Amino acid sequence: MAGSSVSVDLSQAMATAPVAAGDWLVVAPSLLTILGGSLCLMLRKNTDLQPKVGIGFLGVLVLANVALLLRVLDHGVITMVMGSWLPPFGIAFTVDTLGATLSLIGAIVAFCAGVYGAATVDSTGRRYGFYPFLLLMMTGVSGAFLTGDIFNLYVWFEVLLISSYGLLVLGNDRIQLDGAVKYGVLNLVGTNLFLIATGMLYGIFGTLNMADLAQKVASLEDPASGTLATVAALYFLAFAMKAAAFPVNFWLPASYHTPNIVVSAVFAGLLTKVGVYALIRVFVLILPASLGYLSDVISVVAIATLLTGALGALAQSEVRRLLGYVVIAGIGSMLAGVAVGTTLAISGAVFYAVHSIIVMTALYMMAGVMAMLGGSYDLRRLGGLYAKSAAYSAVFLVLASAVSGLPPFSGFWPKVMLVKAAFADDRAWLGAAILVSGFLTMLAMGRVWIFAFWRGGPEGTPDGKTASVTTVPADGAPQVSGGAVWVPLGILTALVIYIGVQPEWMLKLSTQGAGGIVEPLDYLRSVFGVPG
Amino acid sequence: METGVVILIGLFFTVAIYLMLSKYLVRMLLGIAILGNAVNLLIFTNGRLLREVPPLIPEHLYVPEVVTANPLPQALVLTAIVISFSFFAFLLVLAFRAYQELGTDGVNEMRLAEPEDDPTPPQGY
Repeated sequence: MAGSSVSVDLSQAMATAPVAAGDWLVVAPSLLTILGGSLCLMLRKNTDLQPKVGIGFLGVLVLANVALLLRVLDHGVITMVMGSWLPPFGIAFTVDTLGATLSLIGAIVAFCAGVYGAATVDSTGRRYGFYPFLLLMMTGVSGAFLTGDIFNLYVWFEVLLISSYGLLVLGNDRIQLDGAVKYGVLNLVGTNLFLIATGMLYGIFGTLNMADLAQKVASLEDPASGTLATVAALYFLAFAMKAAAFPVNFWLPASYHTPNIVVSAVFAGLLTKVGVYALIRVFVLILPASLGYLSDVISVVAIATLLTGALGALAQSEVRRLLGYVVIAGIGSMLAGVAVGTTLAISGAVFYAVHSIIVMTALYMMAGVMAMLGGSYDLRRLGGLYAKSAAYSAVFLVLASAVSGLPPFSGFWPKVMLVKAAFADDRAWLGAAILVSGFLTMLAMGRVWIFAFWRGGPEGTPDGKTASVTTVPADGAPQVSGGAVWVPLGILTALVIYIGVQPEWMLKLSTQGAGGIVEPLDYLRSVFGVPG
Repeated sequence: METGVVILIGLFFTVAIYLMLSKYLVRMLLGIAILGNAVNLLIFTNGRLLREVPPLIPEHLYVPEVVTANPLPQALVLTAIVISFSFFAFLLVLAFRAYQELGTDGVNEMRLAEPEDDPTPPQGY
């Protein structure tokens, strides 16, 4: 037939060399989780086998991410194009240190959540698909961290969003439906804004590959022109909604306390940070000029987020809602890093994201333990937990100090970097806001400590007495303290302490990750080959 | 032609935003459905509009001879349609379930997760 005899030089449009075996790791996180998720879906009715399969796949996911990160550190940025079509035509997965680090931390947290879920999600919850949803959400999270194509990023956002809807309504309680309505509508509006901005970006440049976009934006005569400013503002609003920055943060405290505690834990750890990651990726890599004139706006938003988060936490008596506000305060710190925009500030933001992913998940898991020991999430009804378990109290104290930014735990170093960067960039207010917010968070967490752990018993217990009421664990909290509770909590707490005492590793990763997008030469070279 | 479509998109956005500002869930969902369509049209228009030029490649060539319709925005729109359709379906069911359980579709009355009369946190022992 016609055409079959004509030899076509495909090397202009396609990568002809086979993909190096190690480079398949780039897509491994997404593939593994899709595979595991589908398998768990097939095992829907076998509620005993499902956790084993799910946790097994999450464990392999952690290993694959370790291998990927090591390969990125070894070989530099790796690009893999789908269908071998050369960029900018094929969809590219481009993994740099930033993406690989966050993907690894996300996988660790998901693994811990999978284990913890074995204790809190009953067989009904499993039959409704806790493990499939968790794994498929990780598909979206990993994909978002690893992709190098902005429309593909949108698709991964939707993948994780639809799975998160499933997790959020798992159990079908009235309160969950209420929370899910607000979470669902506002997040959908957020992703639509993201899509609008992406469509307009495509209209301007005719490409969706992030590296290609970065080059084309940089080669513009006026990179801060009107149309691009609209796009930048839309992106900022969209990602701010995803990240729960003030004043578009209200969906978070309305919904994060409603689902099963392990779902809250993994949401608090991962979802908002994907928004922050996208913000960093789009603004620092693609639209650095827009970051220049938006930085004052981002500063104000960061300060407002830091303060509303911390003050909101002080005003709550429900532990999970309190922690929701602490998540928001943490988002403020990361936004502060983006606002300053220097390499030090961005690496501070990345480091803070890593810290926040670990510590917020651990704190929500700790809240589950508190509800197991004390039978409630309400500070008025909690008390005397120190007498019940000194070990868990110690874990709480570590996590509470870490989230407030006290040394020697993981929250201290990124705060040092962010405050230093803010003052070096002449943004004293921003630095001060980070410190004040840290102080207020410490007060809020200290109050949890005093009320739930330190005092003798629930409200009404006389001073100096220890109430010896036996309490029934709250619904949705772990029912007994077993390996499924203390192993994940132990892993995360150990990480918090390790990063606090030995920050060099994480410092190196975050500095390299931030450097790789502030000066994206390696990133561009990886996508387009060596420039001629 | 683009100007006309742009005005249409503007109208879509206006209607969508107006509906989403309502405090009743059903109207908000209708607004979201229209918003999704507005976004799809916007992406489509951003790929530039051309009339009736099929992207056919003659047998002896590797690229089309004339400027043809851009297929990429159509692929993007298709993806976005599928996604927004599934989300809309989910949200409709969610809204219906919320109406069944909470007995209202007014968001002002949905205060179960954040009760209005929440007592203040303990001030002391």
